[in-house]
Amino acid sequence: MTTPALRDLVNRHPGQADQEPFLEVVDLRVHFPTDDGLVKSVDGLSFALDRGRTLGIVGESGSGKSVTSLAIMGLHTRPASDQKRPGAQLSGEIYLDGDELLGKTPEYVRSLRGKRMAMIFQDPLSAMNPYYTVGHQIIEAYRIHNPVNKKIARRHAINLLGRVGIPEPSSRVDAYPHQFSGGMRQRAMIAMALSCDPDLLIADEPTTALDVTVQAQILDLIRDLQNEFNSAVVLITHDLGVVAELADDLLVMYAGRAVEYGSADQLFNRPAHPYTWGLLGSMPRFDRTRSERLLAIQGTPPSLINVPPGCPFHPRCEYATRNEGRSEEVRPELAAVEPGHTVACHLSQTDREEIWEQEIVPKL
Amino acid sequence: MFAYIVRRLLWAVLLLIVLSMVTFSIFYLIPQLGGASPETLATRYVGRAATAETVHLTAERLGFFDPVPVQYWHWIKGVLVGAEYDYGAGVEHCPAPCLGYSFITKQPVWPELLDRAPVTISLVVGASLIWLVAGVTVGVISALRRGTVFDRGAMGVALAGVSLPIFFTGLVALAFFSYRLGITAPGGQFVPFSENPALWAYSLLLPWITLSFLFAAQYARLTRAGMLETMSEDYIRTARAKGLPERAVILKHALRGALTPVVTIFGLDVGLLLGGAVLTEKTFSLNGLGKYAYDGIVNNDLPKVLGVTLVAGFFVITANLIVDLLYGIIDPRVRLE
Amino acid sequence: MNHSRSWRARGLATVGISAALVLAACGGGGGGGQQGSSNQSAQAAFDAAYTSVVNPSDKKGGTLKFANPADWDSLDPGETYYGYAWNFARLYGRSLMMFKSAPGKEGNQLVPDLAEAPGQSSDGGKTWTYKLRKGVKFDDGTEVTSADVKYAVLRSIDKQTFPNGPTYWEAVLDLPSGYKGPYKSPNMNTDSAIETPDEYTIVFHTTNPFAAFEYLAQLPQTMPVPKDKDTGAKYRNSIVSTGPYKFADLQPGKGFNLVRNDQWDPATDPNRKALPDRFEVTVNVNADDIDNRLLSGDLDVDIATLGVQPAAQSRVLQDPNLKANADNPLTTRVQYTTINSTVPPLDNIECRKAIEYAMDRIAYQTAYGGEFAGGNLATTLLPPIIAGHTDFDLYPNGPDHKGDLDAAKKSLEACGQPNGFATNIAYRPERPKEKATAEAFQQALSRVGIKLTLKPYPAGDYFAQYCGLPPFVVKQKLGLCLMSWQSDWPDGFGYFSQIVDSRVIRETGGNTNLGVRIPEVDQMLDKALAELDTDKRNQIWGEIDKRVMEEAVIYPGVYARLLLLRSKNATNIFVSDAWGGYDYLGLGAQK
Repeated sequence: MTTPALRDLVNRHPGQADQEPFLEVVDLRVHFPTDDGLVKSVDGLSFALDRGRTLGIVGESGSGKSVTSLAIMGLHTRPASDQKRPGAQLSGEIYLDGDELLGKTPEYVRSLRGKRMAMIFQDPLSAMNPYYTVGHQIIEAYRIHNPVNKKIARRHAINLLGRVGIPEPSSRVDAYPHQFSGGMRQRAMIAMALSCDPDLLIADEPTTALDVTVQAQILDLIRDLQNEFNSAVVLITHDLGVVAELADDLLVMYAGRAVEYGSADQLFNRPAHPYTWGLLGSMPRFDRTRSERLLAIQGTPPSLINVPPGCPFHPRCEYATRNEGRSEEVRPELAAVEPGHTVACHLSQTDREEIWEQEIVPKL
Repeated sequence: MFAYIVRRLLWAVLLLIVLSMVTFSIFYLIPQLGGASPETLATRYVGRAATAETVHLTAERLGFFDPVPVQYWHWIKGVLVGAEYDYGAGVEHCPAPCLGYSFITKQPVWPELLDRAPVTISLVVGASLIWLVAGVTVGVISALRRGTVFDRGAMGVALAGVSLPIFFTGLVALAFFSYRLGITAPGGQFVPFSENPALWAYSLLLPWITLSFLFAAQYARLTRAGMLETMSEDYIRTARAKGLPERAVILKHALRGALTPVVTIFGLDVGLLLGGAVLTEKTFSLNGLGKYAYDGIVNNDLPKVLGVTLVAGFFVITANLIVDLLYGIIDPRVRLE
Repeated sequence: MNHSRSWRARGLATVGISAALVLAACGGGGGGGQQGSSNQSAQAAFDAAYTSVVNPSDKKGGTLKFANPADWDSLDPGETYYGYAWNFARLYGRSLMMFKSAPGKEGNQLVPDLAEAPGQSSDGGKTWTYKLRKGVKFDDGTEVTSADVKYAVLRSIDKQTFPNGPTYWEAVLDLPSGYKGPYKSPNMNTDSAIETPDEYTIVFHTTNPFAAFEYLAQLPQTMPVPKDKDTGAKYRNSIVSTGPYKFADLQPGKGFNLVRNDQWDPATDPNRKALPDRFEVTVNVNADDIDNRLLSGDLDVDIATLGVQPAAQSRVLQDPNLKANADNPLTTRVQYTTINSTVPPLDNIECRKAIEYAMDRIAYQTAYGGEFAGGNLATTLLPPIIAGHTDFDLYPNGPDHKGDLDAAKKSLEACGQPNGFATNIAYRPERPKEKATAEAFQQALSRVGIKLTLKPYPAGDYFAQYCGLPPFVVKQKLGLCLMSWQSDWPDGFGYFSQIVDSRVIRETGGNTNLGVRIPEVDQMLDKALAELDTDKRNQIWGEIDKRVMEEAVIYPGVYARLLLLRSKNATNIFVSDAWGGYDYLGLGAQK
């Protein structure tokens, strides 16, 4: 289990202080050996999540968000179709309801997939098999873990489709993925993911491929379902607006690590990391005047093979110079700025507050 | 849907008519362009050292003195209502569809086509099933074991299969398996299925394997490529995410996508091959449509050639139609509404 | 997805077939899986069947398996023109006379078959009378009468119904004008040509003396046909037999069986032993497969009598075991080239002689496959196994037979072309041997400045449109035309009549006489046909041969030989000069 120190850092919902978290990730590292070098996609990530709560994982492309979710699902096992490619190297611990997953056989983890933990993906059109009906795929998902006959499974599928808000589910169940609109398709995928009542739902960019208007509906749906089934939800996105709707807790990732971790309330109202400031500043918002420019975070995401020494964000950080060179040499560890809110940054609290009030708030 | 099928069938009939006209024209008009007269055409159908009178009589008997459209009219009339055949000592009625009498052997063509079609159908159906199963299996395994010794070896053998001509592999196979080892039937031993199913299969075993060797290679490569493509699709990841066992992921999800082009091409290949696997039949001395076509071509025997062309055309057109109709089933994204 | 169906890969096929045969026969004498070797007497030697009977036996019974790489032109004896077909037809039909079923030269003798005795000639060779044996029956039990023989001959004259057969009868018999055969002219009186004074006598009348009539009497067209069972062009599928065997299971285009004819009375037939119980014949079989099967013992005879395919040839000749089981008969076929006097400067005999001297005959022989597969060097037009042949060489081509260049150059000067000249040489590209020969000509003649351009023409129309069409020859300047000729039967008339008689040349094409126009020769042909004494007649053939060669219009290449494989199963195997191959009538079977 986690060390006591780490446990302190991990977010807890008050009232569940005595229980173990439902999902707990401890010092997860996922490295990919490639011809160009070792890609450290995830390099020491820890977090925890309870049932009924939503964790938002935010970051740029390449920050390691999806890799983390795939690691939880056990989908980094070297595929049979590519035996020659050396597979991912995973280390750390992943606990699902007390059960450590990285030490288990692939077969064991497979039995959990779909049943206890499910995932929905970004592009429902490519993520669903175009040759089978939506109903078939939902039924298939259901029958992997529930040995019932097709009729019962079909009824269940129709119910699910109705539950996720698809009109005329008894006829839509025999439709093909390409016959749905984008939003409906995503709902169908959600239905498929939920077919076995999983306790953990990982949503990887669920609304990125959808219209803004439809986005809201999908997010509402996820929240409703979470309330109904009391599932834990991990919501992965690069869009803070999406996260603002839904997340209880927020984890900001950069270069394969957490740079800030806390409740949504804390991170939105009192963000502590310069990267988080940049993310907030770059959100388009209605209440800003047009003439003000969006705050872009200068620079580009770092190479995951040659991660910058010291603080990985320092090449892009406006305030790295205030740390007397520590940002270039020493890696910052997660430290608490307030109870339940940690950040990995060398800025002193004074500096931090000063910058926040004087430079960031006026621009938001 | 029904209207669509009817429309396609009408097109098919039209196509066959055009096919027959083109064949007719090639046979009669091109020599005419080269300056041939009816007698020069007829010299092919008389014996050695025939007199000028024999040649003239033969040209007359075969109708070469009529203008080409008239000859065609006679022929198509025969197809529709039948024709009369003067065999010297009497006259015989050739019932519709009368595709004429061979210029060389004087046998009626239609009964011969019917007699030979089962041989070709037996050969093609058997071989096609073998190559489909073998090719797809090898292709799937190769894709899953990409880069391994199996993959390299299989694709190497596939290259050989595609490159080696069938009259080579066929004769070598006969020489080795039939005459040297005596485990397969020698050439020319076809036994009809209705007569003895076991012997039927035995007589066709070597031709099946030899012919399918040629095609299995192509299908292995095709399946392998298709599998490699589908295995990298997103829906494979989704299937795994659902907890599906890897075997089901491969066979139900990946293979299904990879098979779409395979099935289409299979339909077309079989259609084409039914028109006559000429080299295979010639090598194994099987009396099918292909050999019939070969005999007709070599002897400039128009009725035979015309007959086989139409049958082959029929099979190809039908195969195309079936594949088009099936396409909506094979790929739901292309449904004919 | 088409696999290419081109013919150009024939060469590849040959390589492949050789590989196939290596596999087929490697591991010891003659392939696997048959009943022991065919040794009942001592192991027979190479070419033994020409001089002796291999595996002599009188054992009755067994089955012989025949295969034909193509198909008969017709099984109807009234309409077939291939030597092998005539050879084989004697199993299911009896003609007035027939070639004796005996090895070698003895096979060239004519003996009476349906007739009791050789024909009686009268009226200076214009009338021929035969008496039929009594008690010869069709396979349905009815007795054969002279009317049946007359009917058989007359029906074969209907060339519209039977376009394939030989055309001798209509040329020779004194038929009423406008006679078109019994179907179209049923009521014409034909007694001027053939009379049947009684049931067992038949009399033929020819318009001109025809001393070689016995050879016509052996034609299968004299095999009797019952009028009430004659179905014209369809008769080929339902032949009524007079021989020791009759048809069973005939499938056109596929094959047939011959089974014993219980109506055949051996007492009426001193010529046939009829040993096997059964013949199984398949047609349209792959030629290379036939050779493989012969070698493995799965097949007894390649009926086409064309010899083994090139792929098998080298195997057979190089393996002493296989070679001992092969025969290499001379045939009545000669590979030669015509030198056309209608194409300048070959209108001058000296220019033609230059070609005779300059050509490399060894190269000709090599092009055709060497001495076994090709044949012997030829210096005459008439082949050795035809009576009347004499050995002479009017244009000696050096001790090595590769050409006498000095003599050639002298001839060139004499014809006014001291530095040579240019002309064209025609051949059939479907025949690789002809192509190789044309190239040999090109090379050999270039040594004296004669430049040849190769001109390929398709085999199917070679005689109708190209070398056999005189105006075309002149227009395209075809100085040389490759040719291959086999006689219809082994006598001078059968050999010469269609290739040296200038009167049969048609300006409209379809000629097999490609360029021999010597009036003296025409007269000698008539003289021979009027000469009833066989020896004197044969002498005239020899003289014709010489006269033609004196004109230098023919360049003889090789007297063709065939390489044949003996059956492992058959008995009484022998080669007859009549057929240039195995006599099918004599064969028996071990099993």
